[in-house]
Amino acid sequence: MNSQGERWTTDQVLALAPDEASRRAGGRLAGPGPWSGAGADGDGVWGLCEGSGRTPYRAVVDLTGPAYRCSCPSRKFPCKHALGLLLLWSGGGDAVPSGAPPPWADEWLTGRRERAGREATAPPEGGPPARATADAEPTARRAARRAARIGAGATELEQRLEDLLRTGLAAADGAGHPSWDETAARMVDAQAPGLASRVRELGALPTAGDDWPSRLLAECSLLHLLDQGFLAVERLPPPLAATVRTRVGLTTDTAELLTGPEASPVRDRWLVLSQHDTDEGRLTARRIHLRGERTGRMALHLSHSGGGRPLEPTLPPGLLLDADLAFHPGARPLRAVLGEQHAPPVQGPMPSGCGIDAALRAYGEALCDDPWLDSWPVVLADVTPIPADGESGWQLADADGESALPLDPRALPRPGLWRLAAISGGHPVTVFGTCGHRGFLPLTTWDPEPVPL
Amino acid sequence: MTSVNPAPPAAPVAATATATATEEAATPPSATAPPAAPWSALVSAALLGTERRTPPVVVRPGRSAAAALLDAAAVSTVRRRAGLRPALAADRPAPAPDDPRPVIPPAARRRLALLLADRGGTGGSSRRGAAPDLTELLPQWLTAAQAHGYRAPEALLPALLDAARARTDLRPAALALAGPRALWLARFHADWKFALRATDARAAPGAEDPGAVRRLWDEGLFAERVALLTAVRRSAPDAGRELLADTWPTEHAEDRLLFLDALREGLSPSDEAFLEGALADRSRTVRATAAELLSMLPESAFAARMADRAHGCVTLVPGTAGPSGPRIGVAPPRTCDEGMRRDGVTAKAPAGRGEHAWWLGQLVEAAPLRRWSERFGGRAPEDIVALPVADGWRTELHDAWCRAAVRQRDPAWARALLGAPGAAPEDTGGASGGSSRDPAKLLTVLPSGERAAWVAGFIAAHGLADAFRMLGVCAVPWAEPLGRSVVDALDIARDAGSYPWSFSGVMGLAERCLDPAAADRLDMLTAVTDEPEGASPGAGGYWAEAFQRLVGTLRLRATMLAELADPPDPGSPAEASAPGVPPVSGTG
Repeated sequence: MNSQGERWTTDQVLALAPDEASRRAGGRLAGPGPWSGAGADGDGVWGLCEGSGRTPYRAVVDLTGPAYRCSCPSRKFPCKHALGLLLLWSGGGDAVPSGAPPPWADEWLTGRRERAGREATAPPEGGPPARATADAEPTARRAARRAARIGAGATELEQRLEDLLRTGLAAADGAGHPSWDETAARMVDAQAPGLASRVRELGALPTAGDDWPSRLLAECSLLHLLDQGFLAVERLPPPLAATVRTRVGLTTDTAELLTGPEASPVRDRWLVLSQHDTDEGRLTARRIHLRGERTGRMALHLSHSGGGRPLEPTLPPGLLLDADLAFHPGARPLRAVLGEQHAPPVQGPMPSGCGIDAALRAYGEALCDDPWLDSWPVVLADVTPIPADGESGWQLADADGESALPLDPRALPRPGLWRLAAISGGHPVTVFGTCGHRGFLPLTTWDPEPVPL
Repeated sequence: MTSVNPAPPAAPVAATATATATEEAATPPSATAPPAAPWSALVSAALLGTERRTPPVVVRPGRSAAAALLDAAAVSTVRRRAGLRPALAADRPAPAPDDPRPVIPPAARRRLALLLADRGGTGGSSRRGAAPDLTELLPQWLTAAQAHGYRAPEALLPALLDAARARTDLRPAALALAGPRALWLARFHADWKFALRATDARAAPGAEDPGAVRRLWDEGLFAERVALLTAVRRSAPDAGRELLADTWPTEHAEDRLLFLDALREGLSPSDEAFLEGALADRSRTVRATAAELLSMLPESAFAARMADRAHGCVTLVPGTAGPSGPRIGVAPPRTCDEGMRRDGVTAKAPAGRGEHAWWLGQLVEAAPLRRWSERFGGRAPEDIVALPVADGWRTELHDAWCRAAVRQRDPAWARALLGAPGAAPEDTGGASGGSSRDPAKLLTVLPSGERAAWVAGFIAAHGLADAFRMLGVCAVPWAEPLGRSVVDALDIARDAGSYPWSFSGVMGLAERCLDPAAADRLDMLTAVTDEPEGASPGAGGYWAEAFQRLVGTLRLRATMLAELADPPDPGSPAEASAPGVPPVSGTG
């Protein structure tokens, strides 16, 4: 056993795979056969993997990152060798004995630790602070110019929405209106990506079904509310103003959040509740939900990969991090960036949770602060999944009582739904997910190990 | 702009969510706000447009009606969302029945997840590369897990059901491991209905409920009836036959054939009368099947009739003094008479075969083997097989005995007919027509240890070229000396300089069937060797890769089996909870 005492689970390792093919390829390398000289210490795992070449590939994993290095030419990250090595290690047994790293692994691992140490003590990047002051004046001018452009965009969008309401939704697809895509492009020109994506979603709303006018009006009105908010942003209380700016598409400098003058990171033992990757065109977005043990706060860590950039960090559900999280400003802070980790992650407990009524209340209360929230993360305890039957769809119901939540339709095509039903077997379970106006979207359950859904 | 948007939405929303949390039409407490119009009124105003209908909202000076409608809709939307009420719970499904079996150990659970994740990979079944093919290991893993009496972890049931759906050969083992929870789950998913059908057949009404059996037999679909008949035969063979006899005259010919075939299960002398009757069936294939079943009953009148006919054709010619000892004389039947035809002998020979030889083969095949000893002066089977046969009838006669040995499951005769494994296969009499015998079928009649030893001897003498099917009938893992002889033969093949994929079939079998303990012995073969003179270019590297894959697979199998053998760790809290108890929250 390594000094850390905790090996990751197979699920945790598989969650690192960049795609299905790597997952399979890694699985095939998870036996002791191709490996030699494998070993692990508290923070690293290494091994030589017999491949098609004459020299075996050298794979090293830094568990604290995690970060990977392998001498193979693969562009996948982590490559199948690193995955296979981790799977072998996670399987326990003697295949990966503990020991000191060989020189080739040690060099890299030590180099990484030294760099990490430097970064923790020195101000980030060394140079930027000086440049930042020098650039302060133009930055402010740039910001003002951008705000003006967004304001113009918001005004134009308001006009578009009012036109729509004047002629009526029934005529929405008729001539006279520019298409939503054109309007979205105008918002991109106005440097308001948040407005643009909301406009695109208006265009993507299905015009079928009895309730499409209702849904269209609801989304239009919330977009209108956002426009109005931005146009009056100076008069809003600062937290709500921050929410509006973020939703319109102005980004926050994450380095500022952690180390800037107003940084107020929250240190807690954060339990990873879920990690989910979604394909967003050329990018893959990773959403990691966490909950603080002491503060009870929910947090969402969002990262992107694309253009060869790997998805980092990787935090499989069930890990408990003693770490700093810095929340993005807002009336209802949720999104956060990960700061310093004070200890290596350990295996956390199964989370406590609430019932259906409390989950809806949590969403309602969150809406009071941020009316644009589609959902709010909650852990439900003692709920029974009820599979769809005839006309009634899938539900999660309190183990006792009459309350139930319909499942979000987006959950239905996912295989995880069946894992949830299988684990429940008609008995109550604990489920983490997001509770919103479209229903509940399950993300993780416990059997009692965390199982991603 | 003096409008109070957007900050105020928080106020009525908060009130709705925390205080009233009720209908959307609830009056906001703020005295300045107008009474809110119902959502439906806002939607119909929006549908028609403010040009055509004045919206049910208060329009402040300087604001357009459309903007006012949007304001009201925004407040209403947030209020409705914040005041969402729980739905009424639908009928909860009855909980799945408890499965008292222990769940597989944690390491085996991780392994199963990997085996199932690898399923269906397009490149997964390639015979190249040094990594094991996990898909091929799944059947073995399932069989081993079943032998331990484990159940599958619930989270893997969907993947297990999907695997069983895709591969029918996996179904029995996969469903057994999956247990009652999987059947409970399968009720909710159209793709998994097969699981319910598969177990319905197994759960067919038993002999203890003759009424239900009768009803299903009379009214069931064909497949259900075949399954029922097979099940009843297994527990009460006579009851099964009587069931069939009752409806026999009214069944269709194709159905009769398959029903009759179901009588193989639990075949006994008490079935003779019914089978004799079936010899008169209108359908030729039904007659032939009845004859075949009767020939498996050596004490039957049918067997006696066939023995009489065969013995009339095959006789022992006493030896004269000198080199010519006793030999077998063969006089094939001259005609295929009415009696022969009634007993299932097919009169018309296939193209290329003489009809006399064809008739002879059928008679000998159906005659009880035991009675040849009496016929030939108490000689043992090997002595009879060793007797010379006159006039080039040896191949014809021995092939028929081979078929009889397989049909009658007679190890003594099978052993005699197989002969010594090292003997040249061509040495079977040199008949011009060539032998149609199949050593792999004969081998199935032998006990498994003897089978492995025979195949080992065969490979040592003849190499791997003809060994594939014989290896396929040997028990897994291959007993020594079989494993060693396969490895030696592969080593020899490498030294001969051919490419490994000429032996890919045997390699694949070896990966699945060699005893994992052989891995260490094989290690030295994984090095890239100098290519022998005249070898195919690059063959050495490919062989090294193939052996790496073999060793890797064997090691993986050893690990797999060890993981399953691990008793669940009593110290682990995950395993300590009693099976069937749902996980409870509150540890956090």
